[in-house]
Amino acid sequence: MALPRFAPDTLDGLRDAVAGALADGTRLAVEGRGSKRGLGRPVVADAVLDLSALSGITYYEPGELVMEAMAGTPLAEIEAELAAKNQHLAFEPGEVGHLWGAGGGSIGGVFACNLSGPRRPFAGAARDHLLGVAAVSGRGEAFSAGGRVVKNVTGYDMGKLLAGSFGTLSVMGRVTFKVLPRAESERTILLFGLEPGGAIAALAKAGFGPWDISGAAWLPADAAARSAVGYVAGAGASVAAIRLEGARGAVAERCAALRGALSIAPTEELHTHNSRKLWAEMRDGRLIAPGQGPLSSLWRLTLPSADAASVLSTIAERTGGEFSSDWQGGLAWLAIGGDGMDVAEAAAVLRAEAAIAGGHAVLWRATDDARSAISVFGDQGDAISALVRRIKSNFDPAGILNPGRMAPAADSAS
Amino acid sequence: MLMPIPDAAVISRRAEIAAALRGRLPCGTVIDRAAGLSAFESDGLTAYRQQPLIAVLPADRDEVSAVLAYCAAEGIKIVPRGAGTSLSGGALPLADGITLGLSRLNRILDIDLANRTVTVEPGVTNLAISAAVREHGFYYAPDPSSQIACTIGGNVAENAGGVHCLKYGLTTNNILGLEVALLGGERIRLGGKALDAPGLDLMGVIAGSEGLLGVVTEVTVRILRTPETARALLAGFARVEDAARCVADVIAAGIIPAGMEMMDRPAIHAAEAYVGAGYPLDAEALLIIEVDGPAAEVAAAALRIEDVARTCGATSLRTSRNEAERLAFWAGRKAAFPAVGRITPDYYCMDGTIPRGRLPEVLAGIRELSERFGLGVANVFHAGDGNLHPLILYDANAPGELERAEEFGSEILRLCVRVGGVLTGEHGVGVEKRDLMDEVFGPDDLAHQQRLKCAFDAGGLLNPGKVFPTLHRCAELGRLHVHAGKLPHPDIERF
Ligand SMILES: Cc1cc2nc3c(=O)[nH]c(=O)nc-3n(C[C@H](O)[C@H](O)[C@H](O)COP(=O)(O)OP(=O)(O)OC[C@H]3O[C@@H](n4cnc5c(N)ncnc54)[C@H](O)[C@@H]3O)c2cc1C
Repeated sequence: MALPRFAPDTLDGLRDAVAGALADGTRLAVEGRGSKRGLGRPVVADAVLDLSALSGITYYEPGELVMEAMAGTPLAEIEAELAAKNQHLAFEPGEVGHLWGAGGGSIGGVFACNLSGPRRPFAGAARDHLLGVAAVSGRGEAFSAGGRVVKNVTGYDMGKLLAGSFGTLSVMGRVTFKVLPRAESERTILLFGLEPGGAIAALAKAGFGPWDISGAAWLPADAAARSAVGYVAGAGASVAAIRLEGARGAVAERCAALRGALSIAPTEELHTHNSRKLWAEMRDGRLIAPGQGPLSSLWRLTLPSADAASVLSTIAERTGGEFSSDWQGGLAWLAIGGDGMDVAEAAAVLRAEAAIAGGHAVLWRATDDARSAISVFGDQGDAISALVRRIKSNFDPAGILNPGRMAPAADSAS
Repeated sequence: MLMPIPDAAVISRRAEIAAALRGRLPCGTVIDRAAGLSAFESDGLTAYRQQPLIAVLPADRDEVSAVLAYCAAEGIKIVPRGAGTSLSGGALPLADGITLGLSRLNRILDIDLANRTVTVEPGVTNLAISAAVREHGFYYAPDPSSQIACTIGGNVAENAGGVHCLKYGLTTNNILGLEVALLGGERIRLGGKALDAPGLDLMGVIAGSEGLLGVVTEVTVRILRTPETARALLAGFARVEDAARCVADVIAAGIIPAGMEMMDRPAIHAAEAYVGAGYPLDAEALLIIEVDGPAAEVAAAALRIEDVARTCGATSLRTSRNEAERLAFWAGRKAAFPAVGRITPDYYCMDGTIPRGRLPEVLAGIRELSERFGLGVANVFHAGDGNLHPLILYDANAPGELERAEEFGSEILRLCVRVGGVLTGEHGVGVEKRDLMDEVFGPDDLAHQQRLKCAFDAGGLLNPGKVFPTLHRCAELGRLHVHAGKLPHPDIERF
C-alpha cells in the first residue's frame, strides 16, 4: 500500500509539514528524490516527506566558489550548471541510485548521506564542502546555520552534524556548499595485471611522489570488463588506475614522469574524454558486480589505506566475494553473490577483520529483512550510542524523522 | 563583557576543592596560589583578565578524566586551555571555575608515514607536528600565524585556519580522528586512520566547539607531502578595488592558489619599516599569491596569474625565482602583526569573513568607520577566502579608547554580516563576539545549537559564558509544544 505523501515546495511549507506530522503523530520517511531509499535500515513510517518539489538553484556566484540550492534539486542539474562555468563538486558525488533500481539523486541526499567519490582522499568529503543549511528539526522548528562564505567558525558546525545523519535529526530544506574550478585536462594511467597487494603498493607509491594524483583505484578483471571504456574493458586483466588533473601541457608532463616511475607493469594512458568516463563509472558504482538474488549483499569498507591489501585479501578469501578498491586502498566495495557467504556471517567476518586494521564496514545493499536484522552501520560502543541518542532526542524528541534508519531497533527505546 | 555571576558557594569551597583534586592527582599538578594562577589570567584577548579558582595541569589523559569526573560530580565549572593564544577569549578563566591546562599532554604518539597520519596528545604545538615529519618530506597543512605556540587541541577547539587554508582547508578538514573526554570523564574515540567512519560526524561537531562539548585528549591528523615547488607573486596596486578584482579573477581563471593574502597601505608601510621585505611603498594594496604543487603546474599557474595581475592594473609585479626570494616576499606578511604593534601602543585584531566580491565595499566602509571612531586601522588578511583581519590601533592607557576600539570592531563585524558575511572566520566567538551572535542567528538557530550542547553537557559546566549570548536551561529547550497534546507512538523505536 502506498503511503501518503507530503511534497512541500517552500521552506515554510516544509516546516508546516513537519510540524503537522509532529502534531498528528505521523512518522515520516524523508526522501529527496528517492534514489538511496535502499540505503540504511528500512524506515518505519506512516507517510513520505517528499522533497522533490523543493527544487532549484537559489544562488550561484562562480567567483565566490559558492552555490546554494534547495535540497530536492537533482544532482544532475547542479553538475550541469557547474560544468557550464568550468566548475564542479570536487568531492565527486556519484549517481548510485541504480544500485537499488532507482533514478537520479538530489543534492540534499548527497549531503545527508555524506556521499563522496574517487577524489575524496585528495579533495575532502561531502561534509567538508557543506557551508550552510536551512533545516527543520523533528521539533517542527526551522533553523539555519553556517553561511555563504567558505571560512566560518561562527557557532557550532551544524552542517557537520547533519551531513551523514541520513535525515534522522533534521530535514535539510536548502544547502549551501563550496564549489571549485574543474581542471582543464586530465589523464589516467592504467596498469594491467597487478594483484591487489602490488596494485595498492603502486598506488601508494604514486601518492608519495611529487605528481599530485587525484584518483587511485584498482579493479579486478571482472569489474574492468564491465567498463564502457575500451582500453579498460579489453584489458582481460585487472586494472589499476591513477588520475592526474591540471593544466593541459603540465598534465602531459607529469603523466610521462609518473609512468616512467611506475615501470612495474604494462601501462596505458587515457586522455580527458575517456578518463572522465572511467572515473564517472567508478564514482557511480557502475563497475560493481550486480546483485544476485535475495542472498547477495554489497558492502562498503573504509580502511587505513596502507593496511588495506592484507585485510581485503583475507576478506575476499573468507567471504567468496568480489572486491574493487578506490582511495589508494582506503575504500573497498565487496559484492557477495547469492552463492557466497550469508549476510549475517559476512557482517561478522568483515567487521572483525576491518576492526583489526581500524576500519569499518557498512552494509550498502541487501534485502529489507537483512538490513533490519543486521546492523547496517556497525556498532559504535555504549558511550557514543548514548550520546547519539541524546542528540537524537534533542532534535527529534518524538522520533518522527526516518525512524529506524540509522540504529537497530534493540537499543532505541527512548 | 558580562560573565556569568560567579557562584560564591563554590568560591568559598576553594581550599576543599584544591585538596580533593590533590588527592586525585600527582604532586605539582594543582595550582591554587595567586602567584601561580596569574599565569593563566588571560589568553590572547588580553583586555580581559580573571584569575581562575584553581588551575590543574594534568600530565596524561587519565588525569584529565579524573578532573572531569570530579568536576561533574561536584558541579564545578571547567575551562579547557591549550597555549592560551585564543584571540576571542575562549580560554578566559572563571572566578568559580577550574582552568584545565593541557600543555603537559605534549607527546607525539605515532607517526605513520604509510598512512600519512600523525597522532599526538592535545598539548603538542601545531608547528611541532610539521617539525616531526619534515625530514620525511611531509607537513601538517593548517598554519595559523601562532603555530609556534598554539596547541593542536586548541586548534581543534577553535577550528583554526591559516594562510594556506584557501587550498588545504581549516583544521576540521585536516583531522582524521579524535579522542574526547566527556564531562563525566569517560572518553570516546571518533574517526581514525580510515576515512568517513559511519555514524554521526561527532568529530566534525567537536571541531570549532570552543571547549564547550568535551576535552580533546588525542588528535590524529593527516599530513601532506611537501609540494615539489612553491612560488610566490608579489603584486602592488594603486587602488584596493584593483587588487580585489585580481583576487576574484585569479579564481575565475580556475586557479586555487595555496594562499592569497592582501595588505593595505598602513600594513605595507609598517611591515616594510620592520623587516625591509622590498614591498612597494607607493601601493594602496599588495597581494602575495602563492602557488604550489608539481613544477610544471606551478609554472603554468604563475604565468596565468601574472597575466591576470597585469590586466587588473598591477603597478608592480614580481614572481619569486628561488626559495630565498619566496621567503623574503612572505617575511613582511608574517611579521605584519608585530610590525603593526610597533606603530601603536595596542591593537585589536578582528576576524570577519565576507563574500570576496564585497571586498572593496567593505574596506571602504572600514575606512569610514576609522574616521568616525578616530582610530587608525591596518588591514592584513586572507583575501582568497574573504577572511578579514582589520587591526584597530588604539592606546589602552588613553581613557575610553579600549571601549571605542571595541565598538569600532563590533561595527566592522556588523558590516560583514550586512554584506552576507559572518562574525568570525577562524578565531572563534569566545567571549569577544558572544553578544553579537544575535546579529547572525535567530532564536531558533541558537536554540538548536544549544540543544547540541545539552546532549554533551546538560549542566552547562564546560566553558560557560562563551559562545552563547544567553544560555537557556536544557530542560526548557527540551520542552516540546505539541498542539494535539500527545507524543506519537511512544512505544516505537526512535532512531
Ligand atoms: C599572534 C597570534 C596570531 C594568530 N594567528 C592565527 C591564525 O592565523 N589563524 C587562526 O586560526 N588563529 C590564529 N590565532 C588564534 C589562536 O592561536 C588559535 O585560535 C589557536 O587555535 C588557539 O590554540 P591554543 O592552544 O592557544 O588554545 P587556547 O587559547 O588555550 O584555547 C582556545 C579555545 O580552545 C579550548 N581548548 C583548548 N584546548 C582544548 C582541548 N584540548 N580540548 C577542548 N578544548 C580546548 C579553550 O577552552 C578555548 O575555548 C592567533 C593568535 C595569536 C596570538
